[in-house]
Formats: sequence, C-alpha cells, structure tokens
Amino acid sequence: MSHDIYKINPEFREIMPKEIIELEENATWAKNMDKPRGIKELPDTKELLEEHSLCAGCPEAAALRYVLSALPKPEDTIIVNSTGCTSLMFPHIALHTVHSLFGNQNAVASGIKRVLDWRFPDTQKDVVVLAGDGATVDIGLDYTLQSFFRQEKITTICFDNEVYANTGGQESGMTAKGQVFKMAPTGKKFDKVPMWELAKTSGCHYSVNMTASAPKAVAKAVREAILVAREIGPTYINLYTPCILEIGLSANEGLGEMKDQDKDRFASYKHVSPEAEEYLKKCKAEGLL
Amino acid sequence: MSKITDMTATHNWSGQKLVSTDYMLFEAPRTKHFMTGSEVVKEAVKRATVDASVSYPITPQSEAAHLIGELWAEGYVGVYFRGENEFGVMSEVAGCSMAGARTITTTSGPGTLRAMENFAQWSGTRAPMQLILMARGINSPLTIQPDNLEVQYLLETGCMIWYAENVQELFDMSLAAFTVAEKPDVHVPIITAVDGFFVSHTREAVMLPEDDIALQPYNPYAAPLPPIDSEMPPGRFLRDPFVMKSNYISYATHASWQWEIRSAVERSKPYARHYLNGLVHVTGTEDAEIAFVTCGTASNQAKEAERELNKLGVKSKVIKLRTIRPFPEDELLEALEGVKHVFVPEFNVVGWLSNEVKAKLYGKSDANIVGAPRVAGGMSMPAEAIIKEVMENINPGKGA
Ligand SMILES: Cc1ncc(C[n+]2csc(CCOP(=O)(O)OP(=O)(O)O)c2C)c(N)n1
Ligand code: SF4
Repeated sequence: MSHDIYKINPEFREIMPKEIIELEENATWAKNMDKPRGIKELPDTKELLEEHSLCAGCPEAAALRYVLSALPKPEDTIIVNSTGCTSLMFPHIALHTVHSLFGNQNAVASGIKRVLDWRFPDTQKDVVVLAGDGATVDIGLDYTLQSFFRQEKITTICFDNEVYANTGGQESGMTAKGQVFKMAPTGKKFDKVPMWELAKTSGCHYSVNMTASAPKAVAKAVREAILVAREIGPTYINLYTPCILEIGLSANEGLGEMKDQDKDRFASYKHVSPEAEEYLKKCKAEGLL
Repeated sequence: MSKITDMTATHNWSGQKLVSTDYMLFEAPRTKHFMTGSEVVKEAVKRATVDASVSYPITPQSEAAHLIGELWAEGYVGVYFRGENEFGVMSEVAGCSMAGARTITTTSGPGTLRAMENFAQWSGTRAPMQLILMARGINSPLTIQPDNLEVQYLLETGCMIWYAENVQELFDMSLAAFTVAEKPDVHVPIITAVDGFFVSHTREAVMLPEDDIALQPYNPYAAPLPPIDSEMPPGRFLRDPFVMKSNYISYATHASWQWEIRSAVERSKPYARHYLNGLVHVTGTEDAEIAFVTCGTASNQAKEAERELNKLGVKSKVIKLRTIRPFPEDELLEALEGVKHVFVPEFNVVGWLSNEVKAKLYGKSDANIVGAPRVAGGMSMPAEAIIKEVMENINPGKGA
C-alpha cells in the first residue's frame, strides 16, 4: 500500500468519518519523512488503532499501540490475529488484518507470506502474527512451531497474559505452576512453558521475553524482529501483558505489575542468531533502526 | 523456477498461452489419454494457471497432491509445500487465497474432518479456493475404503459442492470450478468431490486439450472483498467492529452475511449451468415412472440398473446431480415430472443425499421417495442390489 492510498476522493470528503480524514492527514507511514515513525511520535500523530473494546487499563491495548508505532513499514504490513481478547481490537486497526480461527494464525500467515513473496517479488511485505498465549502456545502450538521449523519469514508476537482471558479465566500453558484459575481448581500442575526457548530451538533467529512496561524497549524489539524476519527467518516476541481483570488488579495497576515482573519472572531473555546479529548491524548502519 | 513477473498479456509464467474457459472446455481440440483421477487432477492444475497449493498426505488423495508438487517443481505452480496437518493446510490455503492467489488443495475422509472449522471460515471470508475432495470412509474402525459420508458434514459450510462421476468429469469440472468460484458475484470456495478409489485410482479414457494452453490468471482485484495484500485500503468487512459486539446491529450484520454467502452460492447456478452443460444429467426413458437420483459413482451403478430394468420391461431414468450446493431443485423437479417412485442409491450409511432430496421435494412432488440402497465402509453397490430394491418396492412381496 502506498501512503497515497489514503487519499480520499474529494467528492466523498464531506461524508468521510473523521478518523479516515485524520488518517490521511496525520498518520505516519514509512515513506513519510515529515512525521517519522516511532514510539516518540505516538502523542501527536494519528494512530493506526482508533479505539478498542478491551477492559479499561488492559496492558494488551497499550502494547498493541507500541507494536503498531514500531512497524517499519505499515503500508506493506499484514497482521494476522487469533480469537481472544486481542481480536476485539483488530477491526479497529487501519491496516490489512486477518482474524481467522482460534490457533491457526501462524498457518494462515504462512500462506499469506508465501503468496505475497510470489506475487510481489520486488516489494517487501511484512507479515506479523499477534495472538494470545492460549492461541500461540496451546491450541495453536503445532502451527506456531511448525512455522518456525519451516523458516517462514514472519514475526510472531505473543501477548502473554498467562491466562485465557476472553473465555473468562482458564489456565493456559503459559500460566505459572500452582496458580488457581478456572479449569485448574486445585492449581496448575505444570510449569510455565518456556516458549521463548522453544522458539530458539525451533529455528527462530530472534527470540525475546519481556514485559510491555517500557514502550521504547517493546518498540525496539518489534522493529528488530520484523527486520530480521524480512531477511533471515522467523522471529518471536513473548510480551507479558497481564490480564488485570483475572488477577484482580484495577485499571491503573497493570504497569506496576509489569514493572515488578521485569525484575522477577520476566527478567529479559534475548536470543539473536549470528546471522541476525550481523544483519541488525547492517540495518543500524543504514539507519533502519 | 518461473516467476509471476514472467507473465505477459498472452502467456502465463510457464509460457502457456492464456485462453478463455469456454475455449478450454468447449473449443480446444482434444486427444485421447488413458489416466487415473489423480493424474487428471495434475492435468487440470497444469492448465489452470494455479498460484498456490499446500498439501498433506492421506489415502486416496496423496497421489494427486504429489503430482501437484511435481507441477510446482516443473514451474507450473507458484507456491507449494507440505503443511503440518489438515487443519494447518486448510488454514495455509486460506492465507494463500486471501492474499490473492488462485489456490487448490486436496484431502480425504479423516483429513476433511480434522480441518472442518476451516471450511466455514473459507466461505465466511469469500475466498474462492478449490478443494478436490476424494471422499473416503471415516474412522473408527480404521478404514481407507470408499465412502462419502464426509460430504454430509460439508453441506452447510457455505462452500459450493460439485460432484464428478468419472475421470473425464473430474478434469472438466475442476477447471470450470475455478472459473465459477472466482466470478465476482459468486466468489465463494468450491469443493469438487469424487468418490475415492472409484475415481482417484481408476484408469479411464479421457479427452484432454493440449497442455500449451492455460486459463487466464485469477484477478484478485475483481473480488467483492479486498485481497489481503496491502495494495488497497482495508475493506469495511475487515475493519468494522460489528460482529465483535453483542448488539442488534452485530446480530443483523452476521445474519445478513450468512444469507449473502448462501445467495452467492445460488448465484453460481447460471455459470455452472453453462460450464457444466446443465446442473443435472438425465439418462434413460423420458416418460419413466421410476427415477434414480444420484451423484458420483452411484450414478454409474444406477445407469447399469436402468439398462437391466429396461430389459425386464421396467422403464426408469437416472437423474445425476452435478451440483449439490447449490442444489438443482428446479431441474430435479422438472426431471421428476410424471415419476411415481424415486430411489436414491448412495455410498454412505446416513443417506445425506436422500435427506436432501426429501427436504427439497417436500410438498412439491407426490413421488414416493426411497432412500436406498445405501452402502457403507467400501462395500460395492452392484446393479443387482439396486434392481432388487426397486422390485421390492414396486412389486411388494414378489421381489425381483
Ligand atoms: C476451536 C476453539 N476452541 C475454543 C474457543 C474458545 N476461545 C475463544 S478465546 C479463547 C481463549 C483465548 O486465550 P488467549 O489466546 O490466551 O487470548 P486472551 O483472550 O487471553 O487474550 C478460547 C478458549 C474457540 N474460539 N475456538
Ligand atoms: S479480560 Fe483481561 S486481557 Fe482481556 S481485555 Fe480485560 S484485562 Fe485485558
């Protein structure tokens, strides 16, 4: 999509919703040098996420804003989602997005990415998967890992809230051992799945585990992961975005919870393969990072 | 490897001359070959300018899937790989199709059921891909035998379903299928079904056009929804939060979308009538009082029974349904004019076709509808079994 695509037909301008006009006038695209893209521009540029129906204060909503602000080339980015709380935000994103089924996001993304590479051999089209931990690590684990094995050039971002939030609080593979949730009435029986490590051993060239407490750090990881996926191979970001509702926090307590976990269970983990490292250096030199 | 950028206005990326579907199906000179169903799938795909295919093995469709892979290696298909399982494959081909590719895959029996959630999702996104279904029994106990019970599960997915009787029909239908599924006013996925083994593994004489011609490429920009390729603004369908909220507008949106998919399937009728030479094929005596309503290879058995019955002085006809979704109700009613007994022989235990026929004819036909004979688990259905069923019904107590 060229950023000119958001040029509104003058005849329709009068009846266009305000958010579309703002998108044309004030959104940031990769080619837009007046308003460069990045987390710093968030306060005074048009965001690609208009509104959403997540719980007030849900860290997933903030994390999605950071992710969208960090896309290196949104006009050529497709985001694939899965059923869950995140799917409530998807219809509001001003990009091509797909919500297909619960768990098949990496398979759908594989099809899309391969066809886009076939149809547009001269354009870089980025495909980013964004789904909950239930979708990524439970019902969809097969598809997630197989896309890594097959070296699909996509970035997978897991919004790890350690619970099935959208269905009312059941334990997931990512829930910590011992935690009592619905369907784990006597506490979860096995450890949190170390998905970031599985990602590494399954062929990801870049894998991080972090919380969404620091916008800049999230944006940096997203940008690096997408650039590596473009050239080298699959990348993975595990992002702790606690479900404040299910763990009983109020709207303003999500950030504190993430900060606490920064020093604890989510002390950062980062794997970058030698090829990816080399490539990121090059990107830095070219001003892409 | 050929590239999509090698395509010209007159030739596709593998150098085949682009022709219309009418030319391909009705005008191009044909020569005789001796081939199996699996092999003609390859021949059809070779002439269809296919962008993408993903596959997973299951008997009896594996060979067709292998052969599509060979075509990819030869440069006729753009994208090809083996997925992780059928749920993965049906999701991968969904992605391929949404991204603007002419897409095909194949499966059978248990694979169909494993992937089930995807079929409704395909139609819900109006992605016009083609599934070649080589129907086979469903476990347990483990079976690989011919049986078409799985079609029962597909009936209400919102996909079109066509049924081919033999190798020749499979070839012609699978080319017509892309064309009809991709019409902008139709634009829904299509399932081209055949009975596994009976068609997939049977070698028959088949007339094929030369392989230096191929169908015009798919144009994703004529689709009713924007392809997911970031080349145009995202469509309202993908942007509106309607169906995610619980309110009257979201209910109405979802309901009307469901009806729209079903209407799109209905809108395929005139195109299918043209490319398939009619939605039903009738053989036998025109003024018969006995009719067989069939699809797939059961038609073949019924035709044999019809010939034998004729020798016994009993006049009958075979009404072969070539499309199941859309259901050719008007054509069936017309063909049943004057018919007193309808028999529905089928290769599955539940009798989904006779249920369909009964539901569609209810209140519209006085004929006595017999949902038999019915076989399952790979059992054969000899003409004698069909004749016996007829004699016992029209001549009670006296038998054949
Ligand atoms: C096949 C299937 N099984 C179950 C569900 C029900 N379901 C919807 S969302 C969900 C949980 C989502 O959890 P997660 O992926 O962690 O996302 P979150 O809602 O926590 O953001 C489940 C089980 C479904 N939609 N489809
Ligand atoms: S239920 Fe939990 S994860 Fe879902 S929107 Fe609310 S706070 Fe966020």
